[in-house]
Amino acid sequence: MITGSGSAAGEQITVASDQDVVRVRQLVRTLAVAVKLSLVDQTKIVTAASELARNTLVYGGGGTVAVSRVENGRRAGIRIVFADEGPGIPDLDLALTDGYTTGGGLGLGLSGARRLVDEFDIDTAVGRGTTISVTKWCR
Amino acid sequence: MALSSDEGSRFADLLKGHEEAVGAAWTEQIAATLRGRLSHAELQRQTTELQKGFQSALAGGAQDIGDDAAAELRAQLSDLSSARARQGFTANETAISVFALKDAVLKVLDNGDPNVLRDYVAFSAFIDRAGLFTFDSYVRAREELIADQAEQLLELSTPVVKLWDGVVAVPLVGTLDSARAQVVMERLLQTLVDTGSPYAIIDITGVPAVDTQVAQHILKTVVAARLMGADCIISGIRPQIAQTIVALGIEFGDIATKSSLADALRHVIRLTGTKRQER
Amino acid sequence: MERVPVLKIGDILLVSIQDDMEDQVALQLQEDLADRIVATGSHGVIIDISALDIVDSFVGRTLATIAGVSKVLDAETVVVGMRPAVAITLVELGLSLPGIRTALNVELGMEMLARQRAAEEDLGIDEGEDDEPAVTVP
Repeated sequence: MITGSGSAAGEQITVASDQDVVRVRQLVRTLAVAVKLSLVDQTKIVTAASELARNTLVYGGGGTVAVSRVENGRRAGIRIVFADEGPGIPDLDLALTDGYTTGGGLGLGLSGARRLVDEFDIDTAVGRGTTISVTKWCR
Repeated sequence: MALSSDEGSRFADLLKGHEEAVGAAWTEQIAATLRGRLSHAELQRQTTELQKGFQSALAGGAQDIGDDAAAELRAQLSDLSSARARQGFTANETAISVFALKDAVLKVLDNGDPNVLRDYVAFSAFIDRAGLFTFDSYVRAREELIADQAEQLLELSTPVVKLWDGVVAVPLVGTLDSARAQVVMERLLQTLVDTGSPYAIIDITGVPAVDTQVAQHILKTVVAARLMGADCIISGIRPQIAQTIVALGIEFGDIATKSSLADALRHVIRLTGTKRQER
Repeated sequence: MERVPVLKIGDILLVSIQDDMEDQVALQLQEDLADRIVATGSHGVIIDISALDIVDSFVGRTLATIAGVSKVLDAETVVVGMRPAVAITLVELGLSLPGIRTALNVELGMEMLARQRAAEEDLGIDEGEDDEPAVTVP
């Protein structure tokens, strides 16, 4: 399942349907257990992955999700990169505001997911797509 | 700089030849630095044992404190360090107990002989390293002590107790930092599930101060409990904490607050009582 | 596509959601439940989520919709068995499940529904605090 534990090598999933979102959740959970995140932190990162993978599917029109183990000296962690080539996000500040939604959800996707992880980077351009990278470290 | 084997055996002979004089001088030196916090008899026993340790290490051919022949001596010094660390002596006082041997040795040396002075420098270097070893051991012992205590504190300070049928309580004592708040939160919520208790009382009588962060942690716990179908009551809010909460603009919303644990329990029992009657 | 089974116990419908529900399955459940409430004349729905190790905003929204639709069809919904880690994550996520009532386990959920039915049958008795939403965001 998980290749190259201990290195930055990871696994990539193409997200094109609902089932793929489920697969992303399962992959993230397996790796979160492997790097020994606490139960609450496992739940947080899997929830964040679920939110963001669904964004990739719904707003980005599908894309890829790469899950990898990362090391930072004494701490291990898990990094997930969500990439799509969709329409991009025109107003990032607005999209990161609580309650903002264009897709009929509860409007917590981006801003909520950001609160669940330790590091959150977003790179987006209109017409070019969106790449979001999140990291959760062991305590 | 290690002792030569000649110097080592001369040092051993010296300690043996002046056993009582060195022991007495050493004990006296230590007693002066510790100012009566250890009894004279206790000190005498320690110095006698250590002196024998030095003597047999040197006689066994130890040229440095790290040598195999000095293993016994190292063990003695480690024991001394951890005993002193636990008794509350400072690192300084502990190391000086070893360094004091130098003064004691100086007193019994024949000062007229220039060779003796050269020997003394070599002996001193050996004792210095023994002293530094003691210092290291002391620090290690202290670190272990602190780590143990921190762990015990975290366990001790977050008990979740069942107060009544369907009512659990967490009496919080001491400063709440983020890590502890998280432990408390998870433990409380898990206990609600395990015992099927729909009510929880969070008692903060023992919390000295509440800042925004602590208040946020408590609020999050309450909201999480409600999401699971349990109600939390906060009790033991002291006047100055109430002032802080209002001054910080923290909204406790519709969360029930009571001034004492007893009031909170009475409130909950009344709630469960009315529910039974309704049925 | 798999379906989530809906059990009828007395006048209560019991749904036990299993791990990792696909979005389509959740939407199907929403429809099935509405049909079953009408078909059976049930007055209560208990949704057991103790097997779910995450609840994201999609599942949260589905639960809220189920509760809303059931209410219109005169059935109360109680969500039971949420795990502590899930609750902590939902608080952090900012998802408060407004309008959803919750209980620690199926038994307490059934008690809650029974109490409410009894109160409604005793004409004029106000349900008091039970009528408040499960959660108010501070």
